[in-house]
This record gives sequence, structure tokens and C-alpha cells, in this order.
Amino acid sequence: MDNRKTAAARQFIEAIPHSRALGMVLDSLEDGVAVISMPYDPRFVGDPQTGVIHGGAVSALMDTCGGAAVMSHPTGVIGTATIDLRIDYMRPAKPGDRITARAECYHVTRAVAFVRATAHDADTSLPVATATGAFTLERAPARKGEGTA
Amino acid sequence: MTKRAKPEPVQVVKERRDAALKAIVHGVPYIQFLGIEFERRGDELTAVLPFDEKLIGNPMLPAIHGGVTAAFLEVAAIIELSWSLIWEEMESGRLDPKTLDPNHLPRLPKTIDFTVDYLRTGLPRDAYARARVNRSGRRYASVHVEAWQDNRSRLFAQGTGHFLMPDRSDG
Repeated sequence: MDNRKTAAARQFIEAIPHSRALGMVLDSLEDGVAVISMPYDPRFVGDPQTGVIHGGAVSALMDTCGGAAVMSHPTGVIGTATIDLRIDYMRPAKPGDRITARAECYHVTRAVAFVRATAHDADTSLPVATATGAFTLERAPARKGEGTA
Repeated sequence: MTKRAKPEPVQVVKERRDAALKAIVHGVPYIQFLGIEFERRGDELTAVLPFDEKLIGNPMLPAIHGGVTAAFLEVAAIIELSWSLIWEEMESGRLDPKTLDPNHLPRLPKTIDFTVDYLRTGLPRDAYARARVNRSGRRYASVHVEAWQDNRSRLFAQGTGHFLMPDRSDG
């Protein structure tokens, strides 16, 4: 994906009110793979005794990242929505660390996209969480002479 | 013949229960950030997510962000589970809600996994959720949660989560 398209995608994702509220930044987006990160913020804490970020905030990051991965799939996707998303929490994220999610749209059919994602903090050796999801898929109507996928 | 204990005055009972609920809900910054409140009827809780601009995920429709929906369901599930643990301690007199503050909360259950089904678009209005603890063991719990907006029978999302129970020092 060229730089202009990435810049447009970044602007689009960072303009989503809830993504803005969580301070999400699009780090990269290419052919069905998205990387989005989110800063540590005391307002997102789920356990006041440890300062660990709430699982819900990680879910929001994973969902946004999964949707972005689907949108960037090279088969001309114009719209998507989450059908289901399962998140497994491996370990608590380290308080103070930025959380980065990487989502990959690894298979698409005519109407459905399949996504897997991982999230990690500064320690990249073991993910904080992993996710799998199914998303709806809307494509631009095929022009004459073009086959359908 | 033993004399039956006089029932507690209703205000004392309500104050105790509301104080305990307030402590576990208001002690969590992320619940405050999303603006989630809980309504109580006896031991039954309903989570309420008042609509706010910052919850939007698709400005064109507009629709609530899927991540907000997931977070709302997860919060409703964890609070329901925590509440069920606290309820017994509190009603038996082992726990005094007056001692609860953000630094002295009971340990909360930890999420092992959480699955969300998105059934309908989350509309730009208030959302409600109720959770049901289907299994609450010594170490693990399974909780189901349903969320709706205008009509209780038309769910916009449902979820199931598994949770690791907090260690209880008294065994």
C-alpha cells in the first residue's frame, strides 16, 4: 500500500471518536495486516491495586485493529463489521507500557473475513492477549469484465 | 423458646448493599471512563451505559464502537461475578462495606477469555446489560451476559467469559 493511502487510512482510523478517546495510533497497514498501538493511561486501569489496564480497553484495541486489517485486504473491501471476537488473556500488561496490537486478515470468502490478532507490551516475547474474530465483508460492486472473488 | 431476631431496618440494609456496590464499581477507573453505572433490585444488577460521543466507532452510521460493546459486556460480567462473591460475605456480616475503598477492595476475578457475539448495530443511545453466573467454582467461573437497547428481547450483543477466581486467604 502506498504512503498516500496509508496516510488516508491513518487519518480515518484516528478520527474514530472512540479510537481517539483511547489515543490509538495506526503504526502500519498493509495488505490485510494492521498494527495499532495505544498509550498507557491511568483512566484505562481495571485493577486499581496493580494499575493494570482493563481487559475491555485491550478488546477495543483488538477490535479496531481487526477491522483495519479487513479494510486493508487487497480484494477491495469497502465496509466491515465484527460478527464475533474472542479474546484470550495470557498475562497482565505491564503498567506504564504502551500496548501494540497486530491483526492479520488471513482468509476471506465472498461475505466473511477471518482475523487473528496478538497484543503485547514492551516485552514482545509473550503476548498480553490473543484474539480471533469473524468480520462481515462488503466489497465494491464488480465492474463489467471483472470476475467475482 | 428462642426469640427471633428483629429484622434490620430497611434503610440499614439498603445503605449497606449500595455502599458495597458503589465501592466495587467506582473503584475501577476504566468503568468511570466509559461512564457505566449499575442499578440494583435486591441482588439483581443491571449495567447501564449512557450514550456519549466518545463511544462512537462509526461516525457515518453512527454506531457504538465494537470495542465499547465488548468492554461493556466484560465489565457487566466481572461486576456480576464480584457482586455474587461479596453478597454472601456482606449479608453474613463477615464483610463491612464501610471498610471498602479503592485501596481496600476485595480482589476481583481475572478474565481468562471473553467472546462477544455482535447481533445488531449498537445505536447512539443508552445500552443495558445483565449477566448470569452459570458456574462459580473455587477456581474458575463461567458468566454469560446479554445487552440490549430499546427492546429487552432484541439483544444487540451477547457474550460469555471465563474467569479465574481471586485467592481467598481463609481457604
